[in-house]
Amino acid sequence: MATTSTIRWLAFGAALALGAPAAQAQQAPIKIGELNSYAQWAAFTVPYRNGWQMALDEINAKGGVLGRKIEIVSRDDGATTGSATRVADELVSREGVSLLFGSFLSNVGVAMADYANQKKIVYIAAEPLTDAVTMAQGNRYTFRIRPNNFMQVGMLVDQAKASGAKRWAIVAPNYEYGQSAAAVFKRLIQERVPGAQIVAEQYPALGKIEAGATASAIEQAKPDGIFNVLFGPDLTQFVREGNTRGLFEDTTVLSLLTGEPEWLLPLKDEVPEGWTVTGYPWDEIKEPKHKAFIDAYRAKYNDTPRLGSLLGYMVMTMIGDSIERAGSTETDAIIKALEDAKFDTVIGPVTMRGIDNQATMGAWVGKLVLKGAAGGMTDWTYQDGASFMPTEAEVKAVRKD
Amino acid sequence: MPALDPAFLAVQALSGLSSASSLFITACGLTIVFGVTRIVNFAHGSLYMIGAYTAATLVPRLLELSFGPVTFWAGILISAIIVGLIGVIIEVLLLRRIYGAPELFQLLATFGVVLVVQDLVVQVFGPQDILGPRAPGLRAPVEILGRRFPSYELVLIAAGPIVLGLVWLLLRKTRFGVLVRAATQDRDMVASLGVNQALLFTGTLFLGAFLAGLGGALQIPRVSANTGMDLSIIAEAFVVTVVGGMGSVPGAFLAALIIGQLQAFGILIFPKSTLVVVFLLMAVVLAIRPYGFFGRAEIGGGTHAVGIASRSPLPGRGLILLIVIAVLAAFPLVADAYLLKVATEILIFALFAFSLQLLIGVGGIVSFGHAAFFGLGAYGAALAVKWYGVSMEAALPLGLALAALGAGLAGAFVVRLSGIYLAMMTLAAAQILYAVAFQWVEVTGGDNGIVGVWPSSWASGPIPYYLLTAALTLITVLLLKRIIDAPFGYALRAARDSEARAEAIGLKVRQHRWLAFMIAGAAAGLAGGIYAFSRGSVDPSLLGISTSVDALTMLLLGGIQTVVGPLVGAAALHGLRDWIMPLTSLWRLLLGLSIIAMVLIFPRGLVGTVRDWWGARA
Repeated sequence: MATTSTIRWLAFGAALALGAPAAQAQQAPIKIGELNSYAQWAAFTVPYRNGWQMALDEINAKGGVLGRKIEIVSRDDGATTGSATRVADELVSREGVSLLFGSFLSNVGVAMADYANQKKIVYIAAEPLTDAVTMAQGNRYTFRIRPNNFMQVGMLVDQAKASGAKRWAIVAPNYEYGQSAAAVFKRLIQERVPGAQIVAEQYPALGKIEAGATASAIEQAKPDGIFNVLFGPDLTQFVREGNTRGLFEDTTVLSLLTGEPEWLLPLKDEVPEGWTVTGYPWDEIKEPKHKAFIDAYRAKYNDTPRLGSLLGYMVMTMIGDSIERAGSTETDAIIKALEDAKFDTVIGPVTMRGIDNQATMGAWVGKLVLKGAAGGMTDWTYQDGASFMPTEAEVKAVRKD
Repeated sequence: MPALDPAFLAVQALSGLSSASSLFITACGLTIVFGVTRIVNFAHGSLYMIGAYTAATLVPRLLELSFGPVTFWAGILISAIIVGLIGVIIEVLLLRRIYGAPELFQLLATFGVVLVVQDLVVQVFGPQDILGPRAPGLRAPVEILGRRFPSYELVLIAAGPIVLGLVWLLLRKTRFGVLVRAATQDRDMVASLGVNQALLFTGTLFLGAFLAGLGGALQIPRVSANTGMDLSIIAEAFVVTVVGGMGSVPGAFLAALIIGQLQAFGILIFPKSTLVVVFLLMAVVLAIRPYGFFGRAEIGGGTHAVGIASRSPLPGRGLILLIVIAVLAAFPLVADAYLLKVATEILIFALFAFSLQLLIGVGGIVSFGHAAFFGLGAYGAALAVKWYGVSMEAALPLGLALAALGAGLAGAFVVRLSGIYLAMMTLAAAQILYAVAFQWVEVTGGDNGIVGVWPSSWASGPIPYYLLTAALTLITVLLLKRIIDAPFGYALRAARDSEARAEAIGLKVRQHRWLAFMIAGAAAGLAGGIYAFSRGSVDPSLLGISTSVDALTMLLLGGIQTVVGPLVGAAALHGLRDWIMPLTSLWRLLLGLSIIAMVLIFPRGLVGTVRDWWGARA
C-alpha cells in the first residue's frame, strides 16, 4: 500500500513537472459532475452510462465545446438521499464541477433538487420521474428531460377510456415515485373516466414485495383494471405470480415504464401480453436520425439499446448544446441557455419549458407482445410530451419560486 | 368484510406456509451453525444469495441439455452443494481462527464476509437480476376452493417439513448428529473427549451452508436473484433463530410458521407496515422469554467481554488537551471547504463511536444496533424542523432527548438479556426503528427521508459548522470520559468483568447498565442531530445495519481496549473511505477484507497496537 501510494505521488510530481508547459498550451477541460445508482440499479444505469459516454466521445471528437474538452467526473450515488447529496457535495466542492446531472430514484431526485437549490448549482435530473422535481419541490436550478409521472400517466389514462374498465386496483412501490404516480392516477382516472373507482391499493416496499400475497390481495378486490407502477425485481415477481394466478386475464392493465427494455427483458417469455405500457420500441423505429443512433450504439457496445441508453445520450448532447449557447460555464448563463431552449435531438425537437424546467420529450405508448423469446411493444405511437404537460396555472399554483 | 372469504383466507394461509417453509430451510442452517460454533454467522444470508445466483445461472444451462423435472431438481441440489463447499472454505479460512474470539469480533468478521460477497457476486454474475426458470411440470396452477394457486408453492410447503425430518434423522440417528448435539450442549466437553473438533466444525459449516444454498436455490422460480437478497433474508433468519431459541431446530420451525402467517395476513391489516411486524414479534418474544421458545441460557456465563482496562492517568493530560483544542481550532486556517466537511464528519463519527465505547468497552454491552440512537437523534432533529419549524438550536436538544428516550425504552428490555441475545435485541430495536422510518411515510417521509434540514444562518458555512461540531464533540467526549473514570464507570466495568461478583457486592447491575444505555444513546443522538444538519437531510439508512457496523468498525479499528481508540478509528475509517471510495467500485470488498484482516491480525486496533509496541520498547 505504502509503495503504491509513494509511486503514485512520484508519478504525480513527475507529471506536474513535465506536463506543466503542455497544460498551459491547451485549455483545461470543462468538468461536469455525474452521479447515478450504478451498483443498485445497474439494469438501467449501465446502458445510460454507455449512452452519455457515446455522446461525450462524439462531442470531444469534434473538439469539445467553447474550444474545451468536456470531462465527466462520474460517481455512484449510493441510491439513498443522504449518500447522493454527500457525493454531490464532493463533486462540487472538491472536483469543482460546473453542473450536475444524473440519479435514478425519485426520492434521490427530490433531495438533489433541494441540494441544487441550497448550493445554487444546476442539476439535471436524468431518471427521477416524480412530479415533485419540477412541481412542488421545483426550483430554478433543477431541470428534467424525461416526461414526468403526470405526463406519462396522462398518456396511459387516455388509453384506459376505451377499455371501459371502472373498478381499478393500484400497485406501486411505496416511495416517492410510486406514491406520486398513484396520486396522479387517482386524480386523472376520476377526472377523465366517469364512474371510475379505486377498489384496492397495494404499496409494497421497494425491492421487498411479497408477490404472492400482493397478487392475491388484488385479486380479492375483483378489479377490472389494474394500474401498475412496479419495476425491476418487484415487477418480475409480481408478473410471474399474477400470470400463475390468472390475475391479468380479462383485466385491463396500465403499466408505467414496463415497455422499456431494461424492465421487459428480465421477464423473458413470461411477458404479460396486452398490457398497455409506456416504453421504448427501439426495434421498430424507422426515423433515420433515431435509427442511426440505434445502429451506432449497437455497433459500439455490441448490445441492444435500452431507454437508459437513449436518455444518457440525449442528456449529454443537450448539456453540450447548452454550454455552447451559454458561452460560459457560469450557473446563471447555463440556466438562461436552458430555459425555453429548443434542442434538436435524435428523437426530434425538444423544448425545455421555462416555467417549470420540464422538457417536452414524450414517450412511446403501446401494448406488450411476445416477440420470439422476449417481450416487445406493438401498436405503439410516440406521444409528444408537450400536449400532456401540466398547465401553466397548475405549475404556478404549486411551485414555490 | 371481503377478507373473510374462506377461499381467500385459505390461499393466503398457504402463501404464508410456503414463505415459512423457505424461511425455515435457511434459518435451520443458521441455528445449527450457531448451536455448534456459537458464532452468529452474518454471512449466512450471503450464502443464501450465492445459492440463488448459482441456481439461476446453472439450472437454465442444465435444462438446455435435457429438459425435465429431474434436471431441475438435480440443478438445485448441485447449487446447494456448491454453496456448502463455499461454507467449508469460509470455515477453514476464517471461522476456525475466531472461535475463541469475543462475540463482537465474530459478528464483525462475518459481516466482513457479507461485504466481500456483495461485490464478488456482482463481479461473477453481473449486475443484472437473474430470473430463474420455472420448475418443469409445475408451471400450471392448481385450483384451491375455486382460486388458482401456484403448484410450486405447494412443493415448497412440503419441502420445509421434509428438511425438518431429514435434519432430525441426521441429528438423531448418525454419529455426526450425536456429536453436533453434544457440541451444542457443551463444546469443551466434546473436545475433552477427544473428538476431532476441526472435522466436526467443518462438517457443521457444510451442513449450514448447504441449507442456506438450498433455501436460496429453491427461490429461483418465484424470486429473481438480486443483490439485496442477503441482508433481507439474514434479518428474517435472525428473527426466526432468536424467536425459536438459538440452536434449536424445532424452535426455528415453529418461529418460521408464525412469521410466515404474520406476513401473509399482516399485508391485509397493515399493507404498508409489513417490515415492522416481524421485528416487533422478536422484541415481544424476547421480552417475555429472554432465550426464545426453546433456547437455553448460555452455560457458565463464560464472558467474552473485552474492554478498556484501568490505567493510571497520563502525565501532562492538561497540556495534551490544550494542544488538541488548539489543533482543532486552528484547522480551518489551513483547510479548504471540502477538507473541513470531511473533518466535520470525522468529528461526528468520533462522537458516535465514542458513545458506543461506553457501552461495549466499559459496560461490556455488545450493542449491534447503535445506529438506532444515531438515527433517532437525526430524525428527532429533522422532524422538529419539519413539523414544528424550530431552529437548529432547539432541534439538536430535541433530537438528543428523543434518542435518550428511545434508549431508555429499548434499554429497559435489553439489560435483561446477555450475550448474543442482547446483541440481537439491540439489532431488533434498530430494525424496528428502521422499519418505522421506512414505512411510516406520512410522518417520516419514508424512503424519501426529510430534506431541507439546514443549520441556522450563524452556523451555516463550513467554518462555523466545523467549529460548532468540534466544540460539541469535545465537550461531550470529555463528559463521557469523566463518566468512564467516575465510580459509575468502575461499577460498569465490574459488572462487565464479573456480573455475579458485582451483584454480590451490592451493585445494581441492571440499573447501571440501563443508565449507561441512556447516556450512550443520548450522546449518539447528539452526533446524529449534528450529522443531519451537516447533510441537510435524513433518510432511513441512518438507522440501518451498515451504520451500526460503521460504528463498530471504527471501534475495532481504533482499538476496543483504549479510550481514545474510537476517535482514532473514526478518523482512520472515514478518512480512508473518503480517499478510496471515488477511486474504486470495489469499496465494499476492500472494507470487508480490512475488517477481516483486523479481526485476524491485530484485534487490539491501531491505538492498542501502538501502545503495545510502545510498552515493549520502554
